[in-house]
Amino acid sequence: MTGNHPLAAESETYELSVNGRREQVKAAWLGESLLAVLRERLGLPGAKNACEQGECGSCSVFVDGVLVCSCCVLAADAVDAEVTTVEGLADGDALTDVQQSFLDAGAVQCGFCTPGLVVAVHDLLDRNPDPGDLEVREAISGNLCRCTGYGRILAAVEAVRDQRGRRSRP
Amino acid sequence: MAPLEYLRPSDEGAAIALAEADGRACLLAGGTDVVGLLKDGVLAPSRLVDINALPIAGVEIRDGGLSIGALTRLSDVADHPAVRGRFPALAHAVLAAASPQLRNMATVGGSLLQRTRCGYFRDPVTPCNKRAPGTGCSAIDGEHRLHAILGGSDRCIAVHPSDPAVALLALDAVVRTRGSRKERAIPVDDLYLLPGSTPERETLLEHGELIVAVELPATSFAARSCYLKVRERASFEFALVSAAVALDVRGGVIRTARVALGGVAPRPWRARAAEAVLRGSRMTEATIAAAASAAVRDARPREQNAFKVELVRRVLTRVLATAGAGG
Repeated sequence: MTGNHPLAAESETYELSVNGRREQVKAAWLGESLLAVLRERLGLPGAKNACEQGECGSCSVFVDGVLVCSCCVLAADAVDAEVTTVEGLADGDALTDVQQSFLDAGAVQCGFCTPGLVVAVHDLLDRNPDPGDLEVREAISGNLCRCTGYGRILAAVEAVRDQRGRRSRP
Repeated sequence: MAPLEYLRPSDEGAAIALAEADGRACLLAGGTDVVGLLKDGVLAPSRLVDINALPIAGVEIRDGGLSIGALTRLSDVADHPAVRGRFPALAHAVLAAASPQLRNMATVGGSLLQRTRCGYFRDPVTPCNKRAPGTGCSAIDGEHRLHAILGGSDRCIAVHPSDPAVALLALDAVVRTRGSRKERAIPVDDLYLLPGSTPERETLLEHGELIVAVELPATSFAARSCYLKVRERASFEFALVSAAVALDVRGGVIRTARVALGGVAPRPWRARAAEAVLRGSRMTEATIAAAASAAVRDARPREQNAFKVELVRRVLTRVLATAGAGG
């Protein structure tokens, strides 16, 4: 969406690219956040709605490969971008290594923070396959979990890191 | 929901014209503050001018200093080797400012223009002179534990929440702006207004005037700079008190000092009295104590926030000792 007057009307139909699919957003208020559009208009409830101010990370998604809080992104601003939500990480019903590791480690309790954490951990390990403990903590510092105390989440991340490390060794 | 026009120009001139043409237009950059204020009904612009398509991002080394495009994301500022190596206070402040997600979104220009976290400002139904001029300040007789001890007025005691702005102030940063008729270079120290009787007016910027870059000059004190932020929890929290200091120490004597405070005033606060104590002195415990006390000599705490006076002294003591270490 470039040019000077792409969405000049007060509400309009526009298209987003989400998880590789073109999705129509019809007659939307242009002040809506990406999170609201994903959940309420496109039927993608994986990104969770909690703090609405970028505090909790439960709405984490990728926009053009960059980890962001979708509650603070204007959906209209994502028109030219490729959005990837937690629903788009795995192939069909298979789980990603991060998702499987969260299950194996018992890193999931109520589950509310899990999608955001899974997205954030994919971001970390895709950028930095061998993070140190402090780097892991820093990378998930924007994702709040009120159940686990983080111990099992950290264990899950370490397990994926080690597993990917073993796989990549000759 | 109020009707809202959304525009995404791809050049600066168009962005400025679109913003200037509508007195109720609002610029949108990283969105980390504006989108929340929109959702909460604190901001109700008739027009949003999304500036994310403008080509004003990136860090350039220029004249020995740095020019940081206004749309440079905080994560890119913190990762830049020249920022880390030569302007460490800025790298520290950016990392302390927000979570990885928000640092990926928030821009350096936007961080200078963050709106206060005062709960009354952010609640559209309570009186607030900053949000709704003339309605009164709810904080003065209400909850003001987090509010200003310096620079407030009887109309507003809200504090400025930005971490990067405090570091940029201590590093003598200059903001380059562009309007339809003029371009300006405004030192960060001159950018902010005190609330006085018009707390709704926070900066010198005119409506539609765009920050295009933030420039960090080469100075004798930037390399020995650091930033310390004290807050109530370690993640997603704004400063109770923060401090950026930058020192030029030669032969054991402080030649030049910059001391800036966050979390204590309606703007990033330059502690000139502390700088005067430091200038020409040796970095001793007595110098540090005198500078820390000078910084809050004019403080006017209220019932709930008197603790900030002592906290400023302690934060400055620690950050000056850190910056001063090493001769």
